[in-house]
Amino acid sequence: MTTATLLPPATETRKRRLLAGWSRAGKLGLAVLAFWIAVALFAPFLSEHALGEMSDAGVFQAMSAQHWLGTDYLGRDMLTRIVAGTPYTIGVALVATLLACGLGALLGLLAAVTGGWVDSALSRFLDTLISIPSKMFALVVIAGFGSSVPLLIAVAAIVYTPGCYRIIRSLAVNINAMDYVLVARARGERRGYIMRREILPNITGPLLADMGLRFVYALRLLASLSFLGLGVQPPMADWGSLVRENLGALPVGGVSVLAPALAIAALTIAVNLVIDNLPGHTDADRETH
Amino acid sequence: MNLTIAKMVAGRIVAGLGSLLAVSVLVFAITAVLPGDAAEEQLGQDATPEAVKALRKEMGLDRSPVLRYFDWLGGIVTGDPGKSVVTGMPVDEAIASRLPNSLLLAAVTTAFAVPLALGLGILCALWRGSAFDRFTSMTSVAVVSVPEFLVATLAVLVFAVQLKWLPALSYEVDVSSPGEMLRSFALPVLSLGSVIMAQMMRMTRAAVIDQLAAAYIEMVRLKGASAARAVLFHALPNAIGPIANAVALSLSYLLGGVIIIEVIFNYPGIAKLMVDGVAQRDMPLVQACAMIFCAAYLILVMLADVCGIVANPRLRHQ
Repeated sequence: MTTATLLPPATETRKRRLLAGWSRAGKLGLAVLAFWIAVALFAPFLSEHALGEMSDAGVFQAMSAQHWLGTDYLGRDMLTRIVAGTPYTIGVALVATLLACGLGALLGLLAAVTGGWVDSALSRFLDTLISIPSKMFALVVIAGFGSSVPLLIAVAAIVYTPGCYRIIRSLAVNINAMDYVLVARARGERRGYIMRREILPNITGPLLADMGLRFVYALRLLASLSFLGLGVQPPMADWGSLVRENLGALPVGGVSVLAPALAIAALTIAVNLVIDNLPGHTDADRETH
Repeated sequence: MNLTIAKMVAGRIVAGLGSLLAVSVLVFAITAVLPGDAAEEQLGQDATPEAVKALRKEMGLDRSPVLRYFDWLGGIVTGDPGKSVVTGMPVDEAIASRLPNSLLLAAVTTAFAVPLALGLGILCALWRGSAFDRFTSMTSVAVVSVPEFLVATLAVLVFAVQLKWLPALSYEVDVSSPGEMLRSFALPVLSLGSVIMAQMMRMTRAAVIDQLAAAYIEMVRLKGASAARAVLFHALPNAIGPIANAVALSLSYLLGGVIIIEVIFNYPGIAKLMVDGVAQRDMPLVQACAMIFCAAYLILVMLADVCGIVANPRLRHQ
């Protein structure tokens, strides 16, 4: 008998390990998040026909068996509109977050490891970016260049890079002072090696938590811009644009304005739940310290 | 001692002005230099080169960006930001007619939100871990993590549509009587207030709880003082600095929130003016509004810093 047969199948342990340590609230957040990701992946398979079809039920209809979430200002099915908007909502924010955190982490590590004028120049420059409120920066850029998806991604990435940079830099500075980093330097390792192999593995936890937080910020910023009519432009529509389009439903208490707004809330709160309940992140109640 | 504080405060003010100058460079670069030729854009594709050249000369685009920047900066500082490209109206007049409305909205919101947020934050710290604390904290997390327009939409739906207590959209602020004014203000203030309150409350709670962990509070408790006394008379005075800091920082969220609130309620304020300007790409208007917002933001951040310095003796000896 080989040892392999004594061990449970690898997938099983992996599965148990994946969900172990997650509190109930964390699991709820994960479930909601997984749901929206599934919706976003499903959305491209919607037929063109279903997207533009106007219902004969009329505009701003309430929930019904035919239209689960009612109809929008043109009489289109609201559920279809929300599903179709999911990839724009999640995708744009996600790409922006990845860019912001990637760049922020890279620069933060570079500043911490290099020190000296690189550090102070980077810090000074990124602090200037922080002194413009995020929405104001976005408005100014959109006024200058007009709105498009790549521009929105760039704006959100630029807005959230300094925050990530600050956090990663302060964490990396502490680790940079550790003995094992000194040893690595004495071995003659290059700067890139120290950043990647000595420091990065020690800060992945906070980096992931920070990413989640920035994702929520980016999502809010982009949704707000779309709500102002300055974000994702028609015929594309993310959830923020859906709220804007259907504001007319407010006086009739329409579900069509509430549904996309609640979709945003569900997603952002789910991400918050996930970050606050990351296993191993013992101080879930962050305000206490 | 006082000299040290004065020096540090002066240092912050100079740093703030420096940031504002850097911001002005950035704003001018993004709106006036990087996007390309404004004259060409205004005349369209089939304009003759001569017409473009003439307009460029008229708009002063034939000079170097640096010269144009200093011209523009001088105009902003002396209160003459130029004329609107769309309406031809002087920008300062447009702003002067809208700014008081926004300031009024901000003032009313602050007057109502700050005391309420501080009270709730202190109560949460006092009854930490209770159902009240958990409920309030959860609500504030929810409010902080959703976009402002959701809060406003829900407020309209509940108070104006379902309960019919308040007018839904305040197209005109009715100042004929104090009662009417309050009614038309209620929803914008409520929505804007809840956004900044959530921030302020969380930070207040954290500041007080931070103090509660200190050794001197344990001493006070061992002496036999009640929890309320320990919080109100011992922890709170020491938390004033962080709380003042939190208040000033939260008020800077007003600036982001007010953009959404003015648009959703169609409120004739400066943020609405700016959003319309962005949609029409009216650069002089956008630049002036952006500078006003950034200045207000930097002032609030500076105030937060100064409160921190004045209240925390340790910061004076860095």
